[in-house]
Amino acid sequence: MTEPLSSRVLPVLTIIGVIIAVWYAAAIWMNAPFQRDLDRRANVTSTTMEFIGKTLSQPKPVVPAPHQVARNFFENTFLRNVTSNRSLVYHSWVTLSSTLAGFASGTLLGILIAVGIVHVKALDRSLMPWIIASQTVPILAIAPMVVVVLAAINVTGLIPKALISTYLSFFPVAVGMVKGLRSPELMHLDLMRTYNSSTWQTFWKLRVPASLPFLFTSMKVAVAASLVGAIVGELPTGAAAGIGSKLLAGSYYSQTIDMWSALIAGSVLAAILVTIVGIGSRIVDRRMGVKPT
Amino acid sequence: MSMLLRSWQGTGALILCLVALARLPLLSPEASAPFGSGTTAMILLLVVVGALASFLRMQEAALAGILFVAAHFTAWLLIAGLSGNEGQANLSFFLLVAACWLLGWRCISVLAEIRPKTGGASTALRLLIPAIFGAWVLILWEAITRGAGVPFILLPPPSAIWERIIGSVSILAADVRQTIFKAVLFGYAVGCAAGFIVAILADRVAFLRRGLLPIGNLMSALPIIGVAPIMVMWFGFDWQSKAAVVIVMTFFPMLVNTVAGLGASGAMERDLMRSYASDYWQTLIKLRLPAAMPFIFNALKINSTLALIGAIVAEFFGTPIVGMGFRISTEIGRMNVDMVWAEIAVAAVIGSVFYGVIALAERATTFWHPSNRGG
Repeated sequence: MTEPLSSRVLPVLTIIGVIIAVWYAAAIWMNAPFQRDLDRRANVTSTTMEFIGKTLSQPKPVVPAPHQVARNFFENTFLRNVTSNRSLVYHSWVTLSSTLAGFASGTLLGILIAVGIVHVKALDRSLMPWIIASQTVPILAIAPMVVVVLAAINVTGLIPKALISTYLSFFPVAVGMVKGLRSPELMHLDLMRTYNSSTWQTFWKLRVPASLPFLFTSMKVAVAASLVGAIVGELPTGAAAGIGSKLLAGSYYSQTIDMWSALIAGSVLAAILVTIVGIGSRIVDRRMGVKPT
Repeated sequence: MSMLLRSWQGTGALILCLVALARLPLLSPEASAPFGSGTTAMILLLVVVGALASFLRMQEAALAGILFVAAHFTAWLLIAGLSGNEGQANLSFFLLVAACWLLGWRCISVLAEIRPKTGGASTALRLLIPAIFGAWVLILWEAITRGAGVPFILLPPPSAIWERIIGSVSILAADVRQTIFKAVLFGYAVGCAAGFIVAILADRVAFLRRGLLPIGNLMSALPIIGVAPIMVMWFGFDWQSKAAVVIVMTFFPMLVNTVAGLGASGAMERDLMRSYASDYWQTLIKLRLPAAMPFIFNALKINSTLALIGAIVAEFFGTPIVGMGFRISTEIGRMNVDMVWAEIAVAAVIGSVFYGVIALAERATTFWHPSNRGG
């Protein structure tokens, strides 16, 4: 059920409006006790409106107000030199580079595993259950350990984070590609057999084209997963840069506004990455002559 | 039909055996407790017998049995001989391990070709094949870490991790109680229930659905784990803040999947319900919820992993002095890597059990679905 765009804009805007309103209310309510404390110590009595204004402009609030986060985000994204340590663009770039490295190798690994599983029966029977089991291991939980341990043998920087992203992103790709490579109908496979085509030819001319929609769907999941991997990989060990380290620093020094804007930077990054994969999928679809639905 | 089969694994194993024979002894000369010549001969003999057997055309079960015994008994002999000689294995040792591994692979291939006649045998086979594969991951891990003397900090051998698990059951149990039974279960239940209820609401009110669904889709792609420090700041160090993270993480997958599932019932069936004059709730309970079950279970499965991850990662940002995430982050600091691996092993087992329980429940409730029938 795809409704026309216009019928979706109003509801989405309404919901976003409600969220922002609730956010403001929460900010006032959660910041009020601390502000009341401050006022009492300073012997200030303020009217309700003044009081509300103050709760929304604390330097280190429990809940920063939306406009504070927006201002901080704007300042740190557009007004700072991109090489500066305080620029969100810089931190996003650090996270993005390891996300992309991990995503690329994870996708490659996933495709290789899927090709192996589809063509070698022993692999299908023995590997598939373990691939599923591998995802019940909360790997993110050991992300810090991977980083620390690799640092102990002088592997630092991009590679440990990219490894975590790889581990998180290979799974959706492998599962999706196994489904995709097996998606050609029996009839088509039989047709290839009547052409006397080799396994190799069947693979390139039938299985691969049939699997592309599955590949892109799973790549969308994988790219989001590898971003999460990169961010969590930056949490421990006092990584010097990246969205994750920004979050951790914010939580140490209770710079809540910084934390929220780092979170928003991560979200924007995720949205951009997923959109890029989506556009890639549409381009490939058009090249292959899929009719837009 | 010839009496011989082609078996590249067998050929490989024989070649490896020959090279290993030329490069004896198994351990370097400084080893304090070298392999006896009898043991060495036994190992070589077993590998050769296994490799030769893999060429013969015989009953598959018998062949698999021979290969199984040859590969695993040899591997056991090799690893048992390592004790006291860590890090002193020679090239020939690793060649023989590789030969055993090839035999194990052949064993899996043979087993994968068997077409069992009874359902029980088929189930046993479906469990046995991955079990052998998993066992080989552990065997290779053990042989390589101990044989080559990989630094303990980098990767402790499975046997050391196992000893650590046995030795610190009480600590592990306390951590599991704090993280799993308090934070994860509570958060998982509340998050999934909230997602489900909001999905029903969104289904009832079209306006809400049009507004929430795009936002929900976007949110499930975002790195929600980042709210962990914020939740710790709001709800304090104890398990409530972890449960809050889990709730936020599990809510959106449940919402999106349930809404998708509620749209999954066919127009024909819905028309039938209308012709029965059934109202919204009757249609929902008798037709649309059952049709949505596969989607709901999909969300439950995704959430089972997410919940564990959320709770453990949230503990990195501050906890009381108990909990799996706390233990992992402090023990890394003290370089007690085996304890970290023990926590991971426990988490993996719990995660698998969690997933398995949901999968069983799914089979019981959606037995009608094509993916659960036949095959």
